[in-house]
Amino acid sequence: MSEFIRTENISFAYEDTSGGIHPAIKNVSISIERGSFVAVLGHNGSGKSTLAKLFNMILTPTDGKLYVDGELVSTPEGADDDTIFGVRRKIGMVHQNPDNQIVSSVVEEDVAFGPENLGVEPSEIRARVDDALKTVGMSEYAQHSPSRLSGGQKQRVAIAGIIAMRPDCIIFDESTAMLDPSGRHDVMETVKKLNRESEITIIHITHDMSEAVMADRVIVLNEGEVFLDGTPSEVFSEVELLRSVRLDVPQTTSLLHSLLPYGFTSPAGLFDAESCAGHLANEINRIKGLREGTA
Amino acid sequence: MKDITLGQYFPGDSVIHKLDPRAKLLCVVLYIVMIFVASSVSGVLLALGVTLFLIIISGIPLKIILRGMKPILFIVIFTTLLNLFLTSGETLLLELGFIHIYLEGVCSSVLIVVRIMLLVAGSGLFMTYTTTPIALSDGLESLLAPLKKIKLPVHEFSMMLTIALRFIPTIMEETEKIMNAQKARGADFSTGSLVSRAKALIPVLIPLFVSAFRRADELAVAMECRCYRGDNGRTRMKVLKYGTSDIIFLIGGVLLVVGMILLNTFLPIYSLR
Repeated sequence: MSEFIRTENISFAYEDTSGGIHPAIKNVSISIERGSFVAVLGHNGSGKSTLAKLFNMILTPTDGKLYVDGELVSTPEGADDDTIFGVRRKIGMVHQNPDNQIVSSVVEEDVAFGPENLGVEPSEIRARVDDALKTVGMSEYAQHSPSRLSGGQKQRVAIAGIIAMRPDCIIFDESTAMLDPSGRHDVMETVKKLNRESEITIIHITHDMSEAVMADRVIVLNEGEVFLDGTPSEVFSEVELLRSVRLDVPQTTSLLHSLLPYGFTSPAGLFDAESCAGHLANEINRIKGLREGTA
Repeated sequence: MKDITLGQYFPGDSVIHKLDPRAKLLCVVLYIVMIFVASSVSGVLLALGVTLFLIIISGIPLKIILRGMKPILFIVIFTTLLNLFLTSGETLLLELGFIHIYLEGVCSSVLIVVRIMLLVAGSGLFMTYTTTPIALSDGLESLLAPLKKIKLPVHEFSMMLTIALRFIPTIMEETEKIMNAQKARGADFSTGSLVSRAKALIPVLIPLFVSAFRRADELAVAMECRCYRGDNGRTRMKVLKYGTSDIIFLIGGVLLVVGMILLNTFLPIYSLR
């Protein structure tokens, strides 16, 4: 896999109205591989949304270098419009509030908005729109008004609007935070499908641990710095460390962790309920066997 | 409240529904000119015939079109009375104290009322009933495109219209939510004097405005993320194209206007002055 996004010591600080400076990202150097599925975790104010906005050049880093697709796109002097446009056509972004990112009152017109901005040929736009709606499973709603769709459906329309632009990478900025469980499930299935089948690089910013375990890699941010970085099994085995920065761990990990004092083992990577239950059953038998042996 | 539709679009696939939105807008202009030119009984009868014909081919029930006239009921009654009482003429029909009603007054008020009603029915038929607001906004943008040369923000205007249409149901829903939230806190919107009721709406309007501004901000960022940079290098998925029926309608419209002028000159059965 080749590198798609690389940051070299990027920093960003917000300036408030009274001139105070609040650093949000401090000297972050990470590299994101093409085709990978990266989850970014962090509590409120950890800088995770800021990082996403830097990747997409909505914000310009106050310091450091940002490379997208091997090209240096950001310098402290700022970037020109064409560079920004080029980055945004490669990196799409799905936002948190499904309502505030849909432009048109007809679903298919909204999906067409992105490719229209890119200046794609009309017949090609038509093909892309149909294809994108099919990918997210919303084809039958093409003529509907977004206002009558559920949150999850709206979010899938928003995703279709991004994939119609044929980006290499999609950033999901807490895109599941406002959805109900079934909407969340549908959106996450779509995200996984995009990553697997279309080989789109996914950067998923979330609070939800059960979503983070779906990723190949988890980056935990704290106070604007990379706190942990690794596979879900590696990151979530650091239960105490995560809790020290006010983050939770997946429920299964939490259960296994709390059983540690009773002689249970807690192998990494058991994130789904079934494998966790299987492990617990084995452990109970093993411990029972041990007790019987000593008695 | 969620199901509110602006201008009550009536779905269908008649010839009129399928017309290009630009052709429809031009047809409305021709139609309005035709109505204004029609100042005689013969002219108004022709206009009435044309309108009925259009209503029949559009497949929109007459009931719906009549219902659409409700908002202009007051204007209709007002103009009728005004014309009835204020037009003087030669044939006196009725004299009640200071009120004099002449035959000419009756005729002109009937003509004017029929024309107002036709005006509303015809323009509604081409625009609101058979055209989706979004198609209308596209048509308007395309028709006004030449004005871009003199630096008029035609695209921006049409984009604003599109976004406004998109957010009407969202904002409606939000208003309802905020009102319910305020009701749950004991707000009273339905009793008291007009002033106190208007005052009760302030706690609804303030959060609504705050949220509308936040939405606008988020939407702007989302649009930028989708590479929006105004009209610059933008294409459209649906390219507007004039078809045969558009040309037939436009030629028909022009012929009708010409016919109406000829009718007024050569066959003026009771003409308005």
